[in-house]
Amino acid sequence: MREYVKRIVWLSCFSLLAVLSNAALSNNEISTTDQAKHNTLSATVQTLTKASYKEKAGIIDSIAAIEDDKKIVILQSMLDNQLYYEKKSQKKNPENNIGDENQKRILIVDLSLLKKKQENAIRDAFSGEEITGLSKRKVKKIGVNNALRRNIRSHLSRIQIAHKDSKVRFAAAQNLLKDSSAIDLSFIEQALKTEESARVIDVLETVRALMLLQSDQATIRLLALSELEGSLYPEVRIELNKFISSFDSETQKTRADEYQLAEKTLTDIETLMSYNGYAENLYFGLALGAVLLLAAIGLAITFGVMGVINMAHGEMIMLGAYTTYVIQMLMPESIGTSLLVSIPAAFLVSGFVGILIERSVIRHLYGRPLETLLATFGISLILQQAVRSIFGPLNREVITPDWLAGTFMVNPGLSLTYNRLYIIIFSLVVLAVLALVLKRTLFGLQMRAVTMNRPMASSMGIKTGWVDALTFGLGSGIAGIAGVALSQLTNVGPNLGQAYIIDSFMVVVFGGVGNLWGTLVGAMSLGIANKFMEPVAGAVLAKILVLVFIILFIQKRPRGLFALKGRAVDNG
Amino acid sequence: MSNSQNIQASSVKLGPLTTLLMNDKGGRRLLAVLAALAIFVPLLNLFVPESSIFHVSTYTMTLLGKYLCYALLAVSVDLIWGYCGILSLGHGAFFALGGYAMGMYLMMQIGDRGVYGNPDLPDFMVFLNWQELPWYWLGFDNFSFAMVMVLLAPGILAFVFGALAFRSRVTGVYLSIITQALTYALMLAFFRNDMGFGGNNGLTDFKDILGFDLQADTTRAGLFFFSALALMIGYLISRFIVTSKLGRVLIAIRDSETRARFLGYRVEYFKLFVFVVSAMLAGVAGALYVPQVGIINPGEFAPLLSIEMIIWVAVGGRGTLFGAVIGAILVNYAKTYFTGAFAEIWLFMLGGLFVLTTLYLPKGIIGLWQQTADKLAAKKMSKLQAGDLAEGEKA
Repeated sequence: MREYVKRIVWLSCFSLLAVLSNAALSNNEISTTDQAKHNTLSATVQTLTKASYKEKAGIIDSIAAIEDDKKIVILQSMLDNQLYYEKKSQKKNPENNIGDENQKRILIVDLSLLKKKQENAIRDAFSGEEITGLSKRKVKKIGVNNALRRNIRSHLSRIQIAHKDSKVRFAAAQNLLKDSSAIDLSFIEQALKTEESARVIDVLETVRALMLLQSDQATIRLLALSELEGSLYPEVRIELNKFISSFDSETQKTRADEYQLAEKTLTDIETLMSYNGYAENLYFGLALGAVLLLAAIGLAITFGVMGVINMAHGEMIMLGAYTTYVIQMLMPESIGTSLLVSIPAAFLVSGFVGILIERSVIRHLYGRPLETLLATFGISLILQQAVRSIFGPLNREVITPDWLAGTFMVNPGLSLTYNRLYIIIFSLVVLAVLALVLKRTLFGLQMRAVTMNRPMASSMGIKTGWVDALTFGLGSGIAGIAGVALSQLTNVGPNLGQAYIIDSFMVVVFGGVGNLWGTLVGAMSLGIANKFMEPVAGAVLAKILVLVFIILFIQKRPRGLFALKGRAVDNG
Repeated sequence: MSNSQNIQASSVKLGPLTTLLMNDKGGRRLLAVLAALAIFVPLLNLFVPESSIFHVSTYTMTLLGKYLCYALLAVSVDLIWGYCGILSLGHGAFFALGGYAMGMYLMMQIGDRGVYGNPDLPDFMVFLNWQELPWYWLGFDNFSFAMVMVLLAPGILAFVFGALAFRSRVTGVYLSIITQALTYALMLAFFRNDMGFGGNNGLTDFKDILGFDLQADTTRAGLFFFSALALMIGYLISRFIVTSKLGRVLIAIRDSETRARFLGYRVEYFKLFVFVVSAMLAGVAGALYVPQVGIINPGEFAPLLSIEMIIWVAVGGRGTLFGAVIGAILVNYAKTYFTGAFAEIWLFMLGGLFVLTTLYLPKGIIGLWQQTADKLAAKKMSKLQAGDLAEGEKA
């Protein structure tokens, strides 16, 4: 209580101060109310630069009372230890008289960015503009201690929970879930009364239940426990564990109903969480499968349809990824569009290189698969070194557009990233388009004819050489598209392709040669198997196990899961 | 042809070695050169003063020794690829396993001279906080046991893998790809610290072998001698296999596996036998390689290295054995030179080598040489014949 009185006294003191400084500023004859508001805030923040920790508590209270959305930024950056001011005073601007010898520029400084010399390391706290030419020595932090932090947090949650944007309210509620020490029960009740968004209500109710769990009345605790049933927030599990471990052997008997309910709630939640874990593994597995699918489809065409082992396939993927990088360099303003442009561009670049390889080398080696393997391997070395000579040996970073970043929440315990979802969809679209090309176009028809019986197709007037070149181009082009997708997941470097070539071969061999459906099933099952084994065996061992499994699988079914049947298959 | 008659006729009078090399002019020359190298290089290194131009530096000798190990490896690859049509893209695995077996022996020889001074455990195990040697390290302080393992470790792997693969008739490119997967999987496995083979860093910091200091010139000379000897013996074994009746069957399998099977041969047994022999030869090459370079790490399992071996054989001339030796030494010499002088160009060259040899030199340098020799001989013949005719007309 005494604390409270003290705080009120300080608050009144400093609001007085704020009003005074405001009055001082009003001399500057600023007409718009917006700017006036700003000045009030900025003036109040100004006082922070000279205040002691004790005084700061009051100033923070008064900042929180000002009606200005900027205060959230100020308080948040203060909480994050990012609020600084420039040591040197601002010069008075003689023209509009803004600026004061006693005014310091308030800054938001991100030290980690500053160290790496990246952009936006130092920004003006109010305008958000980047400020260059300042070093770490020229700025000073507005220090905060733990008591102040709690104070700021409580203010922030109050401000944010009443914010008009439901996203802000949701984030604030989630922060409360992590740390509710700064607020009390009445606060939650108050917020719940006005809240409309269902998900915010859900979080707030969980916060309330967690707070009630600390109550000294058994009935309230039981009520809280039943409220927590099936709640998937990680904090709930932590609190429940704490709650259960607070029982000793005696209280376990005396408060048996509570203890049992808590145990049951926790096990129920953990069962649900394990389902979540499976779902997440499945999702990651599908995403990995999609990547493998994209990498392997092209191979399935060149290997399956033409019987050509293209060891340079990985490098076609790499070329696609570098095409994405180059196009992004050409259109730095619109990252999103550049990615969309990259898809056809990568197809064309890799496809063109593929046709070039087919016409210059592979054409002469038909019917000699082992020699083709060696020659294309040589090509892959040349392409790798070419890229290394042009772009340098270091990895290049391709920026992910905003609409690919971020996560969507399925339930409180499970969030999935958008980029993986897009890749899954994208790979399926590519597969579907390819299937259409093969089934519905003249080129597809000719391609299938050449696969089935080359001499017969030739005598029906199909230019088999031309079909071969285009087929190889198609397979390589799709590898290029895979490169676009991969550039969003990993770094783009000269060795990008090598990392995927063995895996892609495994997919094709596992799924069965010359069969898109087999490639799909092969890719997805290998991806999922990998991801499900990873938590049990570790990433490397999982990969080894998958490889060993395939080696053994080949023994049983040397032609893969969905093998082509018939006489033409065996030409040994 | 009359070759087989020749062999049969001469075997009555001549010893087995002469029989073996009867129709192998290249092999005879190669063995002569190797024998000369084995004797003279160590002598020139040890007894000729450094100021003399005939002095062979220890660096050069070790480099040559390394090439000889690669050459033995190439012979082992040529034995299965050139004579049986098995394109193994994972032969580096056998090479590395032999190397690891030797490396383990050398590790145990360090004793308490390691950084941590632990008399029982190699340094990396002390670092990983292991209390005792894992069971698979037991016995490696014994040289003869280690040498048996140099043969057995690759041999058993080749036997198990080959038995599975050949029985289910995995052939051609499928076999190539799964051998590549095999060496890739082994590489990943050996990178793991828990495997107990030193993880990423592999085995290194060796001190001595059989009590001889590994840094001493005399030990280096001895290793060089044994590398040359091993290559000669490996060559003779391979030559023996390919000239025997078994070798004929192997060639039949290479040319048409189905036909050989229908003729009644158990193709998989023949393939398995030659695959295991080849893996053991590769293991020996690895075992001799490790003390000379002083390190073995999982990088030796890298698929790229295994494919490089194929190109040595292809450049030299597939199916000639001595061609493989020549190819291995030439390509590796080029590699040493170019990675030193123009590092950027080397991969272009290697890649170009792959493309050009497969396109234009399907029989390698030896094939090219024979072709020109044949052409010259034919020219001579036709000239002679023309001369004969002219003389005949005169008469």
